[in-house]
Amino acid sequence: MANNICLNQKECGKSTGFWLLLTLGGLVMLGTLSAFFFLEHHGHIKTGMTNQIVWGLPHVFAVFLIVAASGVLNVASIGSVFGKKMYKARARLSALLALTILSGGLAVLVLDLGRPDRLIVAMTYYNFKSIFALNMIFYNGFFAIVGLYLLTMMDRKLKPWYKPIGMLAFLWRLALTTATGSIFGFLVARAGYNSALYAPMFIIYSFAYGLACFIVVQAAMYKWNDIEIDEAVLCRLKNLLATFVAAALYFTAVLHLTNLYFAKQWDFERFLLSDGGIYTLLFWGGQVMLGGFLPLLLIFSPGARKQPAILLIAALLVIIGGHAQMYVTIVGGQAFPLDMFPGYAESSSFFDGVVHAYSPSVWEMMLAVGGIATTFLITTVAVRVLKFLPEDEIKDPSSTVGQH
Amino acid sequence: MSESMNSKLEDRRDFLKASALVAGVAVGPGVLFYGIAHSRSPEEGASSKQRWGMLIDTTKCAVGCNDCVTACNTENGLSGKTGEQDSQWIRKLNIKHLQTGVEHNLPMLCQHCENPPCVDVCPTGASMKRADGIVLVDRHICIGCRYCMMACPYKARSFVHEPLTEQNPEVPRGKGCVESCTFCVQRVDRDETPACVEACTASGHQAMLFGDLNNPESDIAKAMKTVATTEVRADLGLNTGVRYQGI
Ligand code: SF4
Ligand code: SF4
Repeated sequence: MANNICLNQKECGKSTGFWLLLTLGGLVMLGTLSAFFFLEHHGHIKTGMTNQIVWGLPHVFAVFLIVAASGVLNVASIGSVFGKKMYKARARLSALLALTILSGGLAVLVLDLGRPDRLIVAMTYYNFKSIFALNMIFYNGFFAIVGLYLLTMMDRKLKPWYKPIGMLAFLWRLALTTATGSIFGFLVARAGYNSALYAPMFIIYSFAYGLACFIVVQAAMYKWNDIEIDEAVLCRLKNLLATFVAAALYFTAVLHLTNLYFAKQWDFERFLLSDGGIYTLLFWGGQVMLGGFLPLLLIFSPGARKQPAILLIAALLVIIGGHAQMYVTIVGGQAFPLDMFPGYAESSSFFDGVVHAYSPSVWEMMLAVGGIATTFLITTVAVRVLKFLPEDEIKDPSSTVGQH
Repeated sequence: MSESMNSKLEDRRDFLKASALVAGVAVGPGVLFYGIAHSRSPEEGASSKQRWGMLIDTTKCAVGCNDCVTACNTENGLSGKTGEQDSQWIRKLNIKHLQTGVEHNLPMLCQHCENPPCVDVCPTGASMKRADGIVLVDRHICIGCRYCMMACPYKARSFVHEPLTEQNPEVPRGKGCVESCTFCVQRVDRDETPACVEACTASGHQAMLFGDLNNPESDIAKAMKTVATTEVRADLGLNTGVRYQGI
């Protein structure tokens, strides 16, 4: 263990690195904003999105972040709801990441709107029947509750509230991810989404993606501080990630097996599992192999017990696989043509009956990565000015409270 | 089948509605009541005594004829281009039976569903159904999220991908918003028929009939009583205002 542990980055005095990171994030953000203004001026004609593929790359990145945001809070929940000490030490970072990752995801969704200038309309006109509007309410609530939760962790006077608010945050984020999954589950007309399994499946995905994001950020912070992760902690996180990844694989299998059971879903399943080109490749290669089996293999490899790098690689793979999954779910689900007349072949000037093509333009790519940049920037600043470093060995951190 | 699907949907909606209520109360009553105070009534200017509908005879719809599409484009100021990013409010659809090879031709447009999924999912209430059954997008509230396009089972909606010029002042359209067939609401409100129907009649094919489904004396209501009609994707239980015959 390193001797001079700094509780936040400022104390370490490594300012050059901090500014470097900030510049890096800022540059990406600049790209995102210029893409935004460019698209705002010219319209979505400059993207690869069409009247067939209406949600594209920005939505892939945004939904990944939103789902991961609720999952990353798991670490804090296990700490406060189930009273596990090792997780308690990580609760602050977990809550912080939940807020910053959600901000990133929502930022992209807003920047991609056809009329982002009407954001205020979206905030004030609610159609309560709409699952989308419900999601907005859940997101706002999430910010409020997790914000409070974080306060109870940071301010000793609020300590009595730590547990109840932790519980509320836990339940709230389960509901939030259910609602996010239901965005797709509600699209009954589309073969790719017609399953009630979407909501629970998204919860499991969120566990895996969220934990993976947590592991990556924690690794970066440890590296920064020259701290080595405790072996027992490494082991626990490793097992937890393995459990979530295995559960995600299981749900994916159940979804497709039940779909195969319904004859009317066969065409879609054949498309996705064998004839879908890029979607088939991303499903098997990205979601299942890179994001599922490979991380499991790494985690259970003999060296993993002692090698934090292996867990880090596994977590990065889960994140890559998660993006592949979102691409398959969101873009693949739209690429498969709507079947208005079952039993008939359809054709028209509006691309009925054909698999829709999608090739994202550089503008929407720049827009899409804006979410990661947003998360990155807020997190970098927050961990510099406040105390978020997971501290396993420090018994009494009170001497540094309030040093920001 | 469609019943059970409906009730399943209802269940899910109820559950989510209930959660929303809990959410609203927890987050702060202010948000909730603000929302309610601002929800608009879509009933303005139309009467629920009527339900506008359309009956399309596919046996009369001629192969190669595109008159309804052209008329729609002219009336509503659409460019008529058919790229992937261009708006199409009505399109000619050719369907061919996979086993028998029988072909049908028909115009496909917004079906003006009684239970429109586009309206259900729209977060702001921009997608709305008038009392007389016409489904519209309020150009001033639409934020361009495109969720309605994801939800529509008929691909009836288009997103305006680029700035528009030379618009018909009666038909407000604009970049960044979603749009679809309005049954030519500006004409209907003047007691005229939609432009597509007029064009189809003028071409001599007479494949489209427009009228009030609620009025037993109307031609459309009478026709619906005498011929077998089809609701596209009837399994979804949307009770569409547009019906087809001859399929
Ligand atoms: S056809 Fe589509 S756009 Fe028209 S009312 Fe039905 S769901 Fe809405
Ligand atoms: S694109 Fe406009 S009309 Fe469609 S769901 Fe979004 S806000 Fe509603």
